[in-house]
Amino acid sequence: MKTAAQTVLPGKTRAQDVVLSVRDLAVDIRTYRGTVRAVNGVDFEARAGETLALLGESGCGKSMTAKALAGIMDPVCDLAGGEIVLNGTDLAALTPKERLKFAGPELGIVFQDALTALNPVYTVGTQLGEAFRIHQGLSAREAKVQAIELMKRVGIPEPESRVNSYPHQFSGGMRQRILIAMAVALNPRLLIADEPTTALDVTVQAQIMQLLRKLREEGQMAVVLITHDLAVVAEEADSVAVMYAGNVVESGPVSQVFSDPRHPYTKGLLESVPVHVERGAHLKSIAGSPPELHDIPSGCVYQSRCPLVQEICRAERPRLLPVNGSATNNHSETLPPRPGRAAACHFSEELNNA
Amino acid sequence: MLIYLRKRIISSALPLAVVIVGVFALARMTGNPASLYLPLNATQQMRDDFTARNGLDQPLLVQMADYFGGVLKLDFGQSLRTGQDAAAMALRAFPATLQLAATTMVLAVVLALLVGCWAALKPNGVADRISSFISMAAASIPDFWLAIVGIWVFAITLGWLPTSGVSGAGAWVLPIATLLLRPFGVLVQIVRGSMVSALSEPYIKLARSRGAGELRVVTHHALRNAAAPALTVAGDLTVGLVNGAVVVETIFGWPGIGKLMIDSILQRDFAVLQAAVLLTAVAIFALNILIDMGYALLDARVRPVTAKA
Repeated sequence: MKTAAQTVLPGKTRAQDVVLSVRDLAVDIRTYRGTVRAVNGVDFEARAGETLALLGESGCGKSMTAKALAGIMDPVCDLAGGEIVLNGTDLAALTPKERLKFAGPELGIVFQDALTALNPVYTVGTQLGEAFRIHQGLSAREAKVQAIELMKRVGIPEPESRVNSYPHQFSGGMRQRILIAMAVALNPRLLIADEPTTALDVTVQAQIMQLLRKLREEGQMAVVLITHDLAVVAEEADSVAVMYAGNVVESGPVSQVFSDPRHPYTKGLLESVPVHVERGAHLKSIAGSPPELHDIPSGCVYQSRCPLVQEICRAERPRLLPVNGSATNNHSETLPPRPGRAAACHFSEELNNA
Repeated sequence: MLIYLRKRIISSALPLAVVIVGVFALARMTGNPASLYLPLNATQQMRDDFTARNGLDQPLLVQMADYFGGVLKLDFGQSLRTGQDAAAMALRAFPATLQLAATTMVLAVVLALLVGCWAALKPNGVADRISSFISMAAASIPDFWLAIVGIWVFAITLGWLPTSGVSGAGAWVLPIATLLLRPFGVLVQIVRGSMVSALSEPYIKLARSRGAGELRVVTHHALRNAAAPALTVAGDLTVGLVNGAVVVETIFGWPGIGKLMIDSILQRDFAVLQAAVLLTAVAIFALNILIDMGYALLDARVRPVTAKA
């Protein structure tokens, strides 16, 4: 019997389904110099069949956020608050043991370095089959059949013989494919990809991104893509959340955020991309460096590097608030207003046309 | 694998020959056995006869050549003390040592794995601190002292266990307990260290992200990676035990190869000493090959590469 919801939600609308909703996520790290907050009140949503990019430089808390989502934080890190609602279940409220049930069937993660992420002493077949053994109680033989099937799905040649090979016998690109296969083994609703192409050369990068796109569409997965690569975001993501010093400073659809940034940090990042630069000319960069985690100022996190800094920026931290999406971009075309745009800047409106 | 084994056996022949030469020469530096085996008032004639009868009047090189000729025919000479075949004496004593060593090592490895893993689950936690204290103490206590204290407390004062010998299960307790402590202490620290580093590897995080529970993560994913250093050290410690738990065998009157060696040295019973040393050397070589095969079993990356067609 069909329910009403199933009949009225065809393709396009279904793609808007929110799979993951993160609210006010905070992660603390215990250090010898005291506890620091590495992720501070992060909000974002990921929808089925879409890619959300978490963009930021090293140490901004994007990987920490990914690990918190997957429930695999380092022992010195604590979830300090917030919600991680995956398909209606708040993962943050579960015990580690309860979360194991979700790890695999509901959520998969791909790491950056496939060589260290694969266990060197087991065949890839054993590792690919493990999810089936744990969650579906398959025998070793049945799991191997599934492993071969997965290897086919991610485009590894000769899976029947390669299933018995060890990780070190594969190339970097193939290892990354294996890692991706593991993450999607049980067709999770959410795939977290933590810099999946950083360790690969450019041609392989493109193949891996293409594979991720294909799997996302096949499984209508929501993908959270952690990256520092603006080009990858521009090409792969539907929406983006820009992180800085543990905070989301701007979020929204990629096309709008990139054409019309409403946070000085986003703007600075985009301006630092070299476009038609003469040989010998200086490349643009953002002066300074991000604040140390145990030394984050009380006002705006970006105040020390911001060209627009004012008194209020030092006194009061701006909240991530919706911004007016209807703005003119560099080409003086008027963009239609779209929901989901937000920035954490006291002067986000002034940045318009700035 | 067979090719590999054959290679290893052939390559160990030379070190074995060096061992024989070394022991042969060193043993003869301890002096002439005649002064031990003949009465104090023996005449020079009697001494010369004894020396000649046992071939000890020949130049060292000739003696050595004779000995090697015998070894190749598996004739290791006779004991001066008992007149028995030296090889037979060594082979008879060896099982007692092996039993002691095997029991000790199995217990030490099992206990160390349990305690080491338990400690590694929470580095610097309470379990870790307790196990670190125990293992440090266990690794540092001198065995001869512990053996004597053990005899005094459990055999003499309490009368629960025999002071020495091999009669009954009770006789095993003190020698094993004494021998166990050091390997246990050392292994706990090795297992703990390699488990802590294995558990912090990305593949452990990834295993958790597939829904692997704590037990599976520890026993399936971390332990096999952490096993190699423990295997190395356990092998080394076993060599130490096979090589004659000399002190403990002497204190507890355990009729093993260690005691046989000590007795042979004291009695200048050259043939027996040589046979005993050669036997332990062979055993140690065999043990090393076993350890190397153990590595290959644990980790495909160190398997000998077979030629591909």
